[in-house]
Amino acid sequence: MFLINCPFCGEREQSEFKAGGEAHIVRPKQPTELSDDQWAEYLFMRKNIKGIQFERWNHIHGCRKWFNMVRDTSNDEIKAVYKMGEKPPVK
Amino acid sequence: MKNKYSIFSLIKNAFSYHENWEKAWKDPEPKKEYDVVIIGGGGHGLATAYYLAKKHNTKNIAVVEKGWIGGGNTGRNTTIIRSNYLWDASAGLYDHALKIWEGLSQELNYNVMFSQRGVMNLAHNLQDVRDLKRRTHANRLNGIDAVYLNTEEVKKFCPIINISPDIRYPVLGGTLQKRAGTARHDAVAWGYARGADEMGVDIIQNCEVKGIKRNGDAVEGIETTKGFIKTNKIGVVAAGHSSVIANMAGLRLPLESKPLQALVSEPVKPIIDTVVMSNAVHAYVSQSDKGELVIGAGTDDYVSYSQKGSHDIVEGTLNAILELYPIFSRMRMLRQWGGIVDICPDASPIISKTSIKGLYFNCGWGTGGFKATPGSGDLFAHTIANDEPHKLNAAFNLNRFVSGDLVDEHGAAAVAH
Repeated sequence: MFLINCPFCGEREQSEFKAGGEAHIVRPKQPTELSDDQWAEYLFMRKNIKGIQFERWNHIHGCRKWFNMVRDTSNDEIKAVYKMGEKPPVK
Repeated sequence: MKNKYSIFSLIKNAFSYHENWEKAWKDPEPKKEYDVVIIGGGGHGLATAYYLAKKHNTKNIAVVEKGWIGGGNTGRNTTIIRSNYLWDASAGLYDHALKIWEGLSQELNYNVMFSQRGVMNLAHNLQDVRDLKRRTHANRLNGIDAVYLNTEEVKKFCPIINISPDIRYPVLGGTLQKRAGTARHDAVAWGYARGADEMGVDIIQNCEVKGIKRNGDAVEGIETTKGFIKTNKIGVVAAGHSSVIANMAGLRLPLESKPLQALVSEPVKPIIDTVVMSNAVHAYVSQSDKGELVIGAGTDDYVSYSQKGSHDIVEGTLNAILELYPIFSRMRMLRQWGGIVDICPDASPIISKTSIKGLYFNCGWGTGGFKATPGSGDLFAHTIANDEPHKLNAAFNLNRFVSGDLVDEHGAAAVAH
């Protein structure tokens, strides 16, 4: 259990949110050109990092908006929260 | 040759106050080179080493473990064993394991306390009823024992269940696999460790893998906290940390690691003599031989390696437990913990070669790996020894995510996380 600072609503309990997985996976620009390997990479392969991970979250029991988060997955410490389309504030 | 455990050895050792039992396994320092190195000293890894030595005549094997053997998910699961999976490939895989479980204590000369007390899966809505009936038929076609029970039969099999029709998620029926049950999780790791050690396997504890050395497309060895170990074959059985090891080798896996929680109550007298699982409300419960209720909760939906989950997951599970078993309303919980489980997109495991020569992965068991321990070890040993899969794990290759030939056991596997 941890608190998440929703960029639209402020600090709320994590149970109000839904995790949306790894962030910044770019949708293929030309899907018809993709090989099976590239599809597998896009659809299934994940970094699944132990440490600093960039991910998407949705405030599903609040404003229902998507946003991005930088979190240390080894201890669940949140490093930053930023809106969709913005550049990550930390490297 | 180790001394055999028996009633006579027990009596003999009683005379020396049980202070002179020989060690079940040695604690060696790593050699410079091994034929096969298994990364991960849990049940699956130790079983792999055991079957490599026993069935494939591999002589020079090491198991490296960053903590102590059986200290990861082997010691953190709810010990449920069953094989009532929907798809043919899964049925073959899990029933292979179940058949080995049935003779495992004898084979290992180590009591793994395998108890075929039955596993019952409950239906709480009409779709559950349809799904469970379909699964029962599928199981029977695959030669796996399964029966469908109506509400009264569920009550008869487990009298403490509340079958009142006016609860939020009423019990509409269930399935029963009588050959299913539980085993003692630690004993499985210890039994395989003792068996493997007897055949000359080096079990190296407190030895964390820091890197995998590659020479082009083949592996050359591993960097560890106890130095470099040379080897041409590496079997990775690192559960929640599989992606961490894969990253060291420059390999990508379709896994996400998430906390899965469980809890036990204070010990009480025998009250529930079977395992009851409930998919829709996500609660499952059995009773250990010590008398504790062993309760399985769900996974959190975010990636985490912290071995602790969110409180609301436990709360949700206990709500369901209390509605189904009002008799437990005053039970006090003793411990709660999380294990990090590596989940595949299709909720089926990967027992496979990789694009790197000599590197094999046995991962993606997600929330249900314990039940498969003996079968997983047997099939992974076969895959490593022959550099090709056994027919029972051929479907569980890494390439299925490219070919699209997935084994989708999400929801169909009797319990969804």
